[in-house]
Amino acid sequence: MKILSYPFDNAQILKRKRSIKKQLISDGSSRIKKKIAVLGGSTTNEIVNILELFLLNYGIEPEFYQSEYNAFWQDAMFGNEKLDNFDPDIIYIHTTNRNIREYKLSMTATQSETDEMISNEYLHFEEMWKKLSEKFSCPIIQNNFEMPFYRLLGNRDASDYRGKINFINRLNDKFYQYSQNNENFYINDINYISASYGLQKWTDTAAWYMYKYALATEAIPELSFNIANIIKSIYGKNKKMLVLDLDNTLWGGVVGDSGQQGIEIGKETGVAEAYTEFQQYIKQHKQLGVLLSVNSKNDYENAIDGLNHPDSILTPDDFITIKANWNNKDMNIEEIADEISILPDSFVFVDDNPAEREIVHSQIKGIAVPEIENVETYIRTLDRNGYFELTTYTTDDIKRNDMYQANMQRVRSQKAFANYDEYLNSLEMTAFIDKFDDVSLNRIVQLTNKSNQFNVTTRRYTAAQMDEVVKNPDYITLYGRLNDKFGDNGIVSVVIGHKDGKDLHLDLWLMSCRVLKRNMEYAMLDKLVLRCRENGIENIYGYYYKTAKNSMVKDLFTDFGFETINKTDDSASYILKTADHENKNNVIKVFDNGGN
Amino acid sequence: MEKTAIMAKLTDVFKDVFDLDDVVLTYDTTADDIEDWDSLEHINLISAVESTFKMKFKMKEVSTMKNLGEMVSIIEERTKL
Repeated sequence: MKILSYPFDNAQILKRKRSIKKQLISDGSSRIKKKIAVLGGSTTNEIVNILELFLLNYGIEPEFYQSEYNAFWQDAMFGNEKLDNFDPDIIYIHTTNRNIREYKLSMTATQSETDEMISNEYLHFEEMWKKLSEKFSCPIIQNNFEMPFYRLLGNRDASDYRGKINFINRLNDKFYQYSQNNENFYINDINYISASYGLQKWTDTAAWYMYKYALATEAIPELSFNIANIIKSIYGKNKKMLVLDLDNTLWGGVVGDSGQQGIEIGKETGVAEAYTEFQQYIKQHKQLGVLLSVNSKNDYENAIDGLNHPDSILTPDDFITIKANWNNKDMNIEEIADEISILPDSFVFVDDNPAEREIVHSQIKGIAVPEIENVETYIRTLDRNGYFELTTYTTDDIKRNDMYQANMQRVRSQKAFANYDEYLNSLEMTAFIDKFDDVSLNRIVQLTNKSNQFNVTTRRYTAAQMDEVVKNPDYITLYGRLNDKFGDNGIVSVVIGHKDGKDLHLDLWLMSCRVLKRNMEYAMLDKLVLRCRENGIENIYGYYYKTAKNSMVKDLFTDFGFETINKTDDSASYILKTADHENKNNVIKVFDNGGN
Repeated sequence: MEKTAIMAKLTDVFKDVFDLDDVVLTYDTTADDIEDWDSLEHINLISAVESTFKMKFKMKEVSTMKNLGEMVSIIEERTKL
């Protein structure tokens, strides 16, 4: 929804929140339900109201628990029947510098006395986080502290150990250290958000004195949007690819008209410098695992020419695919989606031309189309929208662009073979398939939470839940990593089943679409059956639950040789007797760690 | 700005904030007359009025305002050229 994407009009969102909510609820889209406990050190009502809008817009239907005013610590430490029964999926702790208890200005305090104040304040929080994660094993989102609105020591407040700004910066550092060492713990950086918004505007003292809001009413959408971005990222709803126009988007001018020498890029002019910094910003996304592609109305040769400009930061091989032609841009986007097997609702389309944006926005459901205005604000607009909010980061992310590029090479080489088996054999595939291990768990969680298409149950797991699955001997787990002569595809498939006597029920079976039609699913099946036999399992039960996106696996189990038990429009169940199974994979060499 | 013009603009703000198709406001209207106008929504209303008229209420005014008439008077005063 446009009103909810950056740059947004805070006052409009606040004023029209009821009608916006009605519109979102009636738009017919399907949403995942999540229970969110908001533990506040100040009033949170309006923060929650606006957070609800942003989450609905991200495909998440929230149910909220709010602690009584300033009861965040009591709720966490001593329990609260209402909160216990609520059993949250996510906890958000909204504390601000108004909640700092230990800081007392004392110009005679020694350094070590101040250290102790900081340590006490920190431990007060750490104790609470530990208690909460023990009890609920769910992700925790915690505000850091924003800067105070006055400085008793003036500029010295930042550098002197007795200053409050100094105190807050050091306390924040301790929060970050906890965050680095605890996976399910995320910092909501209100220190940045308030600075970006303007600290003087953010701190509305009247709102504190009268209503106990720790920030100005008008700033609430900034805060709620920031929280929503973290939550949607945790649930795998980040965008995955930037689809970029060229002329006047990645460089100034039209390469087809003025030739390679005529476009503005480099350091010669202010405009050229702006495009250069934008290109650097785009290129850095590759390291985050964000894919890049081009969608431009241009002759192909001219487009390549532009990207080969000596000052261009981006070069043709930075892109997974380059669509430079005269087709409609929405058609190009559909083609890109097909070629790399990613749904276009995870694309961000960046184009300076409002008409092109409009057609793409209206034709491609769910695609993000930021309203970029002038080159000097391109970065800000993209950045503040939080499309790629980073909550987990794995080594596969770094390599993702290479993996997709290798995939495009595979597609091209495929055309040279007489039949498909010959092609598969030529790939010289090897797979590592074994039970979950600690090293791979991050990637397994990440893949589990973002796979939509090749996913029979679309069940999601937080890192904490996955941890429990690993520890529980009643589960059989498998993950698969696929290699071939073009490169490592990384971890691409995850299977979880729970034992019940001589039966195994499959909770999860998913695979990354970038290894479709490589027989990897057969390799996983063969290994699963083997593990089942070793564990005395006689029957494997498979389940399919239909979603808007997973029709490609509706016949997966019958293809595997399972028999149908029950089938309706929305779901089906199947059974396979492990004794009857014959290995189906004969093109991938499979390894494991040995043992079971 | 004239009081009648202020009332007309205020009516639009009320319709937005309380999501009403129609609402008749008078100088005597108070929070008791509008169902969703509770203390939580009051904050939102004040903020919407402030952004619409590009002015700020003083804290004292917010806590002593008795009815819409008083609100209109303050807005009139504050938006005088």
